[in-house]
Amino acid sequence: MILLWSGVKVAFALTFGMSIAGLLGWVERKQSAVMQDRIGANRADILGFTLIGLFHPIADAIKMLTKEDLVPKGALKPFHGLAPMISLGCGLFCLAAMPFGGTVTVLGRVWSLQPVESSVGLPLVLAALGLGVHGIVMAGYASGSNYGLLGALRGASQMIASEVCLVASLAGTLFLYGTLDLQQAVLWQAAHAWGIVFQPLGFLLFLTAGAAVTKRTPFDLPEGESEIVGYHVEYSGMKFGMFLMTDLIESIVVCCLVASLYLGGWAIPGLDLPAMGLLGGVLMAASFSFKVALLIFLLMQVRWTLPRFRFDQLLDLGWKNMLPLSLANFLVTVWGVYLWR
Amino acid sequence: MNISNRKTYMLNMGPAHPSMHGVVRLVLELDGERIMACETEIGYLHRAFEKHAESETWNNVVPWTDRLNYVSPLINNVGYALVVEKLAGITVPERGQYIRVIACEISRVTDHLTCIAATAMELGSLTVFLYLIKARECLYQRVDELTGARITTSFTRVGGVKADLPAGFAEKCAAAFAEVRTAICEADQLLTRNRIFMDRVEGTGVISKEDAVAYGITGPFLRSTGVPYDVRRAHPYLVYDRFDFVIPVGSTGDNYDRYLCRLAEIEQSLCILEQAFAQIPDGDHSLEPREMKHAYELQDMGKRGDTELIERYAAKVDQTLEGMAAAIRAPNRWATLPAKEQTYTNIEGLMNHFELVMWSWGIKIPVGETYSAVEGANGELGFHAVSDGADGPYRLRCRPPCLFTMAALSKILIGAQIADIVPTFGSVNMIAGELDR
Repeated sequence: MILLWSGVKVAFALTFGMSIAGLLGWVERKQSAVMQDRIGANRADILGFTLIGLFHPIADAIKMLTKEDLVPKGALKPFHGLAPMISLGCGLFCLAAMPFGGTVTVLGRVWSLQPVESSVGLPLVLAALGLGVHGIVMAGYASGSNYGLLGALRGASQMIASEVCLVASLAGTLFLYGTLDLQQAVLWQAAHAWGIVFQPLGFLLFLTAGAAVTKRTPFDLPEGESEIVGYHVEYSGMKFGMFLMTDLIESIVVCCLVASLYLGGWAIPGLDLPAMGLLGGVLMAASFSFKVALLIFLLMQVRWTLPRFRFDQLLDLGWKNMLPLSLANFLVTVWGVYLWR
Repeated sequence: MNISNRKTYMLNMGPAHPSMHGVVRLVLELDGERIMACETEIGYLHRAFEKHAESETWNNVVPWTDRLNYVSPLINNVGYALVVEKLAGITVPERGQYIRVIACEISRVTDHLTCIAATAMELGSLTVFLYLIKARECLYQRVDELTGARITTSFTRVGGVKADLPAGFAEKCAAAFAEVRTAICEADQLLTRNRIFMDRVEGTGVISKEDAVAYGITGPFLRSTGVPYDVRRAHPYLVYDRFDFVIPVGSTGDNYDRYLCRLAEIEQSLCILEQAFAQIPDGDHSLEPREMKHAYELQDMGKRGDTELIERYAAKVDQTLEGMAAAIRAPNRWATLPAKEQTYTNIEGLMNHFELVMWSWGIKIPVGETYSAVEGANGELGFHAVSDGADGPYRLRCRPPCLFTMAALSKILIGAQIADIVPTFGSVNMIAGELDR
C-alpha cells in the first residue's frame, strides 16, 4: 500500500512537471502576447474548437515527435543522444522532492503529499539542479560545432556562478529553519511566519539566482539566440524539445523551491490544513500550485521585459555582487538568530 | 602578450545566422569569447542595381531604387529623382517639394524605429521590438495611402511625385505621430535607463571621430561621435532650409550614443513633418475644387468637341493611373506627364503622354554628369548620374551610406566580445539592399 502510494505520488510529480511544462509553453505565448498587444497562438484546433490556443502544446509535441532527428556528421553520437535525457531527467528528479502538501489523515491513515520524503530533500534538489548542466556541456561538446561549444562553456560557467549564489543566499534561511527537509521548512513557516518576512534579501537573491539557473532571458546566455544560437544548435525534433522542456521544468522547480522556502509552501495562514482531512489535502495542493503559478507569472513578466546580459556582466553580477550580498545576508541572519534566541 | 602562441579558433558567423539577417558573413578569429580578428564579407544581396539602371529609362529606374534601402524606400526615390532633375535642370513646384519632404521624413522615422526595434530584439527585448513595430505600422499605413504600397513605393517621377496627398492625410498623420511618440516614450522607459541595456551598449562598438571621418561614415553613426554633419543642413535640398530642427549629436561614438541619436532624430523628424504640414501650399484640388468624372465620360465629351466643358472636371481614374496635378508637377512638358484629363481628352495631351512613355523617345536629358545627395536614414545617400543624351542613364552610381560603416565594422569589433557584435552590428543598421545594391 505504502509502495503503491509512493508510486502514485512520484507519477503525480512527473505528470505535474511534464504537463505544467507543456502548459507553460502556452502561458508563455499568451502572456507575452498580452504584453505585446498581440493575440498569440490561437490556430491549432480539434474539430473546430481552438480553446484559446490550449491545443498548441499538443500540436507542438506532435510536431517535435514527428520531425526528423538530425545528428551532424562530426557529432559524438552516443553523447549527442544522451545529453537531452540527462538534462530532462535531472529537472524531473527535482520535482519528486517537492512538498506539494503536508500530511493529512484520511480513512484513519496518515498520507503524506510529498513524493519523496527525505531529511536531505533540499541538497538533493540543488544537486540534481546542478547536475543538469552536464546535459548542456555534453550537448555542446558532442555536437562538434563551435557554436555549441561556446554555448556549453557559457552554460557551465553560468551554472557555477549562479549555483554558488543560489546556495549562499539560502544559507541564512536554512540557518533560521534549522533543517534541510523541505517539509520541515514549510512546517516551521506555518508555525512562525513566511520566510520572506525574515529573509527579504535572501528571497530576492534566491529568486534572481534561481532565474539564472533556469537559463531564461535575461540569463539565457547559453542559448543567446541572436548571438551564438546555443548549446542545442545541432539538435532537432524531440531532442530539442527536451531541452526546451528542461528550461520550463527548471523554472517550475525554482518556483516550487521559492514557494516552499519563502512563501510558506502549502500552508494558508489562519487555516489548519493538516486537520481538515481530504479537503485539507486538496487545499494544500491548490495553495502550493497557486503560489508556484504566481511566481512563474512573475518570472515570465521579467523574461519578456528585460534584455539579455553579456557573459562577463553576468559573471560579475554573480561573483561580485550577489555572492557578497548573500554572504552578508548570512552573517546578519546569524547575528539576528543569536540575539533572538 | 604573444598572440601567435595563444590558441584561437575560427567561427563563421553568417550568412545563415539570426543576427546577420541572412545577408552578411563575419569570419571571426576568437580567443574564448574575445574577437582577435574579424573579416566582413558582403555581397550576398547583389542585384546589379547600377548596371540594371543603364538599360532602363530615367523614370523606370525609380522602382529599382525602392529596393535599395527597403526600410525607407521613399528617401531613395527622392534621392534618385533629385539627381535626374539636377542633371535636367528641372525644379519641382513647392507643393511637390513639400510632399517629398513629408515622404522622406516619414521614411526616416520608420527606418529609425526599425533600427532601434531590431537592436532591442537582438538584445533579447522582444517586447520593445513589437511596441516600435506597431508604431511603424501606423506610418506604413500612411505610406500605403500616399503611394499605394508599403515598401515598393516608387513614388517619385522625374519632375514631380506620383500623386498629390490623399484627402485627410494631415489629420491621419497627426494621429500616427501621436502613436509614434507614445511608442518612443515606452521604448525610452524600457531601455534608456535600463541597467542591463546600458551595460550592453555603453562603451561597446566605439569609433573615434577621426576614424569615422576617415572611413567616410555619415548619418547617425558619424553624428554619435560628435560631428554634426547632416546633408539636410550642410547642403540643403528641397525645402529643408525652411524648417527649424536640431541635429542631435553624441560624444563617445558608442552604441548607446547611436541609440540616443536615433531616438532624438525621430522626434526631430516628427517636428519637421508637423512644420511641413503647416507650411505646405495648397494644391489644385483645394484651390478650385473640381467635380470628378470618369475618364471615359471626359473622352466622350472630347469626341463631341466639348473641350471647354472638359476643363471643369478632373478625371477619375484608377488610383494607379492617377496623373500628376499641376501643383506637384514641374512645368517642363518634355519631362513630366500631363494630367490625365488632358491625356484622355485631347490630342495634345495624348501625344505628350505617348512621347514620354514610348520606347526610345521618353525624357531626353542633355549630355552631362552630376552628383547629388540626400540625407538617408543611415547617412549620405548619393547618386551620380551620367547622361549621354539618351532616354535613360548612361551610368548611374549609388553611394550607399552603410557600405562605409560596414567597411569600418571589422576594426570596431576587434577586441570586443561575441555578444558585442549584436548591438554594434544592430547600430550599423546594415540594410543589404543598399549595401550590396
